[in-house]
Amino acid sequence: METGESCSHLREGNRLGRSGRMEVGRAMDESRINEIVDKYGGKANSVIMVLMDIQHENHWLPREVLEKVSHKLGVPLGEILHIATFYKTFSLKPQGRYEVHVCAGTSCHQRGSGKILEKVQDLIGISPGETTSDLRFSLENGSCLGCCTLGPEMVIDGVHHSNITPDDVEDILKNYT
Amino acid sequence: MTRIHSATELEEVRKGIVSKKDPNKPCVAICGGTGCLGGRESLIHAFEEEVKKQSLEGKVDVRVTGCHGFCAQGPNIVIYPEEICYVKVRPEDASEIFSQTLIGKKVVDRLVYTDPNTGKKAVHQSEIPYYKKQTRNLLGANPKIDPRSIDDYLAIGGYSSLAKALLQMTPKQVLEEVKKANLRGRGGGGFPAGLKWETARNARAELKYVICNGHEGEPGAYMDRAIFQGNPHLIIEGLIIGGYAVGAQQGFIYTRHDMPRLRENIDLALKRSEEYGFVGKNILESGFDFQIEVHLDVGIFVSGEASALMRSIEGKAPEPRPKYTRTAVKGIWDRPSNLNNVETWANVPQIIDKGADWYAGIGTERSKGTKMISLSGNIVNTGVVEVPFGTSLKEIVYDIGGGIPKGKKLKAVHFGAAMGGTLPAELIDTPLDFDVLAKLGAAIGAGGLFVMDEDTSMVSMSKFFLDFLANESCGKCVPCREGIRQMLRIFTRMSEGKGKEGDIETLEELCEVGSLASLCALGKTTSSPIRSALRFFRNEYEASIKSAEPTAERSSAANQEG
Repeated sequence: METGESCSHLREGNRLGRSGRMEVGRAMDESRINEIVDKYGGKANSVIMVLMDIQHENHWLPREVLEKVSHKLGVPLGEILHIATFYKTFSLKPQGRYEVHVCAGTSCHQRGSGKILEKVQDLIGISPGETTSDLRFSLENGSCLGCCTLGPEMVIDGVHHSNITPDDVEDILKNYT
Repeated sequence: MTRIHSATELEEVRKGIVSKKDPNKPCVAICGGTGCLGGRESLIHAFEEEVKKQSLEGKVDVRVTGCHGFCAQGPNIVIYPEEICYVKVRPEDASEIFSQTLIGKKVVDRLVYTDPNTGKKAVHQSEIPYYKKQTRNLLGANPKIDPRSIDDYLAIGGYSSLAKALLQMTPKQVLEEVKKANLRGRGGGGFPAGLKWETARNARAELKYVICNGHEGEPGAYMDRAIFQGNPHLIIEGLIIGGYAVGAQQGFIYTRHDMPRLRENIDLALKRSEEYGFVGKNILESGFDFQIEVHLDVGIFVSGEASALMRSIEGKAPEPRPKYTRTAVKGIWDRPSNLNNVETWANVPQIIDKGADWYAGIGTERSKGTKMISLSGNIVNTGVVEVPFGTSLKEIVYDIGGGIPKGKKLKAVHFGAAMGGTLPAELIDTPLDFDVLAKLGAAIGAGGLFVMDEDTSMVSMSKFFLDFLANESCGKCVPCREGIRQMLRIFTRMSEGKGKEGDIETLEELCEVGSLASLCALGKTTSSPIRSALRFFRNEYEASIKSAEPTAERSSAANQEG
């Protein structure tokens, strides 16, 4: 597919796969981790909520942070990794500045979301579950976001770009630098 | 805020709130559902700015509400007190709406809904065909209240059912009322809620739990978040009443993590209900204590399954367990745990308020009350609908849903997404009823109704559902993990035109093993869409194998509403 010169900047650099090594992204400082743990009363069963707050703030879960959470909540690291690898929201690798989510729900599929995803992949050069090496975009195509009227749609950082066609994708992505 | 100690005090507070409200004060009620706002706040800001510009602070209210339901025409707003509905409103329209309608008391014609079939304009909800045919016992309050205001909820009679249950009824009487109403679970199974409550109530344990399942992971189902975000106190009130009937002192709300406004509204509602004394110690001086804790799903389909969800509340990875012992007997930390879906809890206050006889007067013989349905797919009016059980699917798809876009023909309707079933267009007169639909192989599920037009290929639909399930299977048991993978392999081949003799028989065998031997409902029902496709569209599968042509994928990526 012809992507044109104007969007060459969208796919700069090599792609970084699920197994790619990444040295960037600093771990959270300890006092912030303590605050989050305290918010949930330091209870062992709050581990998922704690991890989620960290994921939201930090965009990924560095190992040393998980070790600290394990120590503070008294939950074995193995159990924490079980949780962190089970849930799709958690990431053990740094995520891009912008999380691009192409809805793959039934209704969006029926309305052509497959073509939208193809176009996004083509433009930014990564597949779902991957992050661009410049840490600009991460791509997901999980299921229904509950806005079937808006389909096919693409959500970037909580903003819904609705009823789009493949031709709209490039202009939308350009706004996220 | 003052704590309310008795039913009399509650009524006094309510009277105080109502007397302070001027029913003639103009108000712009903006639908704050994601379908309308799409995560943007610009429409709200435009109206708030206009209030300032026109120096109307305190004279005009701007109310951000929950979902109004008519998502296809969003963004929706309603102007009170005249109850004028405007559709497809943009931020640029705010100033005209202010000058023309709020000040000039005139209707802005171009923002009024026009019926595409008759060309008739409809100014009020009651005149718009989409709303006219519905019975909005649950959703009706959404445009009228600010979900962030407990006073708004009290003004429409909120928490009076709780007072009635706690102060005038024994737990057993509450339970009997719900049983008599024949309230059936809205989350998928349609199991009588009263019977489940009774099991948990009779289980011997000091600590018991009630849980509100707001996971709503089924693709195409979005009605729970519409009611939960738009009227959170309604669900909280139902949950407390349930806790009282079951004998639980602790409730859990399990909801979505990816909808910030939903979570904010729930958190705020809980805070307010604690301040007023509807949650906490000795509620309304009844001697009943009840706490509520919020837990969030973190993005995996299986965590909506009851036993997996309970594991998740315990702080563990949400893997389901075999249910030789029901969760109502042994659930969270092996204690009796009664789980119901958001919509089920939302029904409880009205049953207590108006009585089981009133409730049982709505619906069919064995399916009582109303059901919220989210309409999606190839349909003109995508949105959240509420109709009494017994309404025909035809009325839902055509009279309310406005039919199929672009003049296409209806091919099939599908309930329950990847674990549901399909009905061909010929069966469109079927009534909405738990048992009738289950018998036809298309159980209601959570209530997502997905409409397919004539261009839809059943082979590619089956492949799509399996693709989704292959990603969502937790992998704990073999029949689900491997069965889905093998079925997906067959459908992938079929869609590439490489289907072969014997494929259908293999599918039938895999369906049977999966449905008998899987651990949880996810694995057991993965075969449902294939079974129902085999029942009604077997020819299409066979033709695909014979033709050796790749299945045409849908080519249109354009907006279906046109």
